[in-house]
Amino acid sequence: MKTRGKVTGIIANLVVVEVDGPVSQNEICFVSLGDIKLMAEVIKITGNKAFVQVFESTRGLKTGYDVEFQGHMLEVALGPGILSSIYDGLQNNLKTMEGVFLKRGEYTAALDDTIEWDFKPLVSEGETVTAGAWLGEVTENNLPHKIMLPFKFEGSYTVKSIEKEGNYTINHTIAVVTDSAGIDRDITMVQKYPVKKPITSYKEKPRPFKIMETGVRIFDTFNPMAEGGTGFIPGPFGSGKTVLQHALAKQADADIIIMAACGERANEVVEIFMEFPKLNDPRTGRKLMERTIIICNTSNMPVAAREASVYTAMTLGEYYRAMGLKVLLLADSTSRWAQALREMSNRLEELPGADAFPMDLSAIISNFYSRAGYVVLNNGKSGSVTFIGTVSPAGGNLKEPVTESTKKVARCFYALAQARADSKRYPAVDSLDSYSKYLEYPEIQEYLNNTVEENWYGKVAESKNIILKGKEAAEQINILGDDGVPIEYHDRFWKSELIDFVILQQDAFDKTDSSTPMERQKYMLNFVIDICRQYPVFENYETCATYYKDLINILKQLNYSEFKSEKFKDYETQVWNSISKLVPEQNIK
Amino acid sequence: MEKKAFQKVYTQLQAITKATIVVKAQGVGNDELAMVGERLAQVVRIMGDMVTLQVFSGTEGISTDTEVIFLGEPPTLNVGDDLAGRFFNAYGKPLEGGAEVIGEKREIGGPSVNPYRREQPSDYIHTGIAGIDLNNALVSGQKIPFFADPDQPFNQVMAMVALRAQVDKIILGGMGLSNDDFLYFKKMFENAGALDRIICFVNTTEHPPVERLLIPDMALTAAEYFAVDKNENVLVLLTDMTQYADALSIVSNRMDQIPSKDSMPGSLYSDLSKIYEKAVQLPEGGSITIIAVTTLNDGDITHAVPDNTGYITEGQLFLRKDSDTGKVIVDPFRSLSRLKQLVIGKQTREDHPQVMNAAVRLYADAANAKTKLENGFELSDYDKRCMGFAQEYSEKLLAVDLNINATEMLDRAWTLFSKYFRKAEVSIKDELMSKYWKE
Repeated sequence: MKTRGKVTGIIANLVVVEVDGPVSQNEICFVSLGDIKLMAEVIKITGNKAFVQVFESTRGLKTGYDVEFQGHMLEVALGPGILSSIYDGLQNNLKTMEGVFLKRGEYTAALDDTIEWDFKPLVSEGETVTAGAWLGEVTENNLPHKIMLPFKFEGSYTVKSIEKEGNYTINHTIAVVTDSAGIDRDITMVQKYPVKKPITSYKEKPRPFKIMETGVRIFDTFNPMAEGGTGFIPGPFGSGKTVLQHALAKQADADIIIMAACGERANEVVEIFMEFPKLNDPRTGRKLMERTIIICNTSNMPVAAREASVYTAMTLGEYYRAMGLKVLLLADSTSRWAQALREMSNRLEELPGADAFPMDLSAIISNFYSRAGYVVLNNGKSGSVTFIGTVSPAGGNLKEPVTESTKKVARCFYALAQARADSKRYPAVDSLDSYSKYLEYPEIQEYLNNTVEENWYGKVAESKNIILKGKEAAEQINILGDDGVPIEYHDRFWKSELIDFVILQQDAFDKTDSSTPMERQKYMLNFVIDICRQYPVFENYETCATYYKDLINILKQLNYSEFKSEKFKDYETQVWNSISKLVPEQNIK
Repeated sequence: MEKKAFQKVYTQLQAITKATIVVKAQGVGNDELAMVGERLAQVVRIMGDMVTLQVFSGTEGISTDTEVIFLGEPPTLNVGDDLAGRFFNAYGKPLEGGAEVIGEKREIGGPSVNPYRREQPSDYIHTGIAGIDLNNALVSGQKIPFFADPDQPFNQVMAMVALRAQVDKIILGGMGLSNDDFLYFKKMFENAGALDRIICFVNTTEHPPVERLLIPDMALTAAEYFAVDKNENVLVLLTDMTQYADALSIVSNRMDQIPSKDSMPGSLYSDLSKIYEKAVQLPEGGSITIIAVTTLNDGDITHAVPDNTGYITEGQLFLRKDSDTGKVIVDPFRSLSRLKQLVIGKQTREDHPQVMNAAVRLYADAANAKTKLENGFELSDYDKRCMGFAQEYSEKLLAVDLNINATEMLDRAWTLFSKYFRKAEVSIKDELMSKYWKE
């Protein structure tokens, strides 16, 4: 018997329901409004009153209307067919919705149950399996998609029968398993799982020890992201968060990209719909859209569903991780998610914390970030969810609750600076304020020594030091004037500018410059450090500026050229020619 | 919204605040309209049989036995081709008498477009102003506000942009518009002979502030009629959104909500985005472009209203007075059009993106040189050239009183480059340099 109830109060999308039976926290219910049923989630219970947040507009809702509780939390359907999908925050398929406008109460199936998948069994009868065990495999967009024993299953099971190789739809029973009490359970290719509970069917979660390449120099060279790591990008509006996220989505070395557009602009998502089906995945040559999942709950879509959208995205990420795949999850923006929490907390008349956010904001954020990670599965294979969230701090001021709470948990921090954005120095990541804690991990340093070059970390530190010294020199020049400082100060300042223009800045709209493979990043950093190790003799500060401006100009052209092409080599020669004009040959290092 | 026979009349008001009343009633729908005496009100909260209504024109003079009649529907607008050329108040009633619009009755503040059904905005909007066309090109289906201090001529610039843009309909939503500005818009539209493609929804400073809350939804419901049903390109002008936000904060304050930053309601972001996200390029060819105004307090963009707006809109156009030339310019540093990449260099000449960036970079160098000068340092030759460039750039390109096409803007920029700089200083891709550099 399902619990039922009647509406007794309405404040925007918070509805009070008097219930006739047991209800549980976060349980899903449907509120009837004429023919339409509005999905809602229980967020507070007092006595026989359940407070539910409705995922859609409550316009026209009246007291006395019926409510039916479902007996489960908000769940997503997990099975083949998720890749390339465009879902809203509740995993409704946006592609199959009819009409130009979103209609209230219209829910569409997340998975297509008519497609036949080429199933291959991976276990045999009599084997013992636990939750997350790979029972079989289908091919989804050229990736192996594992059919697993549902994550909700506790204890161990014996495989009673397994379907033979063939083409089946998702609802076909592909295995029957028997639990310890001797009860048989049918397994299909699809399972349901609540979004707010992490999937933990793995053996262990070691510290990240590998770099996830992104092709963005300020990430890979300066503040690398680890596979299974966490990071966040705070920045005021107009500082290039979105362009940077799109660059990561296009270029990152991951099997699967999940983009959660959480309370952001619809047109930005449209850009992905339009571009990704055309762009090639540099790693596989197939279309980018094939490895992408979009969770789209834009700012004008219901606020409560926005809160759910990040969890939906994370659960899908964990699902693919359990198949032994590398997942990159990007959420833009986690501030909008926090604001959704604030709106509900406000309607519930809870005592507010800082800036009217709920008191447990920090705990909610850290729980969420901790769902990311590199895991070793029960079968010894590994998978990962790397999570990068953007934060939109009010007024660009980083001393606000969402940024502060996130800083406590995320291991990488990519600070976007307004000043850099203003002078069109993109990506506007401030190289000195930003950090990657992973660079300090001995495992990661070891990994870099082995895969990039010996003492790579030292070179990165050297170039960071050049930037720091340049910044100090610039301050001195500003205080004392161009003439008031020794020429070395100008030299220091211009060396940092050289690194800024050639390595840090990257043209996201140029087809060559937008993505730099690690091999080229290594070459360029070494090249630039070589240049910085030269000490030309300048007559005055103006010749110093001219010398470096010319070098920067040539090196920018070089960045636009294909790696090691004729043009590339030609520019390289030009650089050394310019240097040899001011540095005597025997002094060139 | 006239009273009908057999409607139940409630006369027992339980509470009256400055903007809301509470009445005991049954069978009332959320968001439904009601008449409180002669005033229009909307249901904002229902708790058991206690219904809270927000009275748009304020509660002065309402007594505990005032009659309350529920109308059974949320706010609506009659849409039809007759809307064109008309002026309405916040309730969608004709301002200067005249017949009501005959047409289909639509709920305002309706559902949003399925993001998957949207098209990517793709048409370059010509305004003739280089601060916009060259540096921050607008695209149909975009939403962008002017950020300006109250003393800037934002309404004039907006009217000019609207009249130059090639659109089928211009819909003005005026919130807290001074009567003088309203008359200015009217005269501008009349003089341009454009009245037949104009629709205005106006709440002036003479009207109650809470009424303003209806204006954007009214304007956008009309816009959706023309864009969705008629496949037209519609430009919606919303001035001034800061006044709209102020009205929101009044209501939330009266409802005892906990304010967040700058005493604005915690839902400000969602409230604003519901309006701005109505901007859309539709698959059938129609589009809604929104140009709004957000007035600033002394250029402060960290205030909750401009800040939340900036995160929602696709850029902002920052107006300020340039002290060097005495002209109002579109500030190249603080302005941004996020959609310009979709059209510049594609629907305009190929050198557009690089010329734009180079000019802004050199203008930034000039700003640094100016700081140096103010700090009493000697300027280098380069600094002096930058400052000369900045002066001309500001006068010949950034000023809002310009009206030339994009190619001419690019040519002017190249002329200035070669007048003041060496090729390496301009630093543009070699291919473009050899093609457009003016010797």
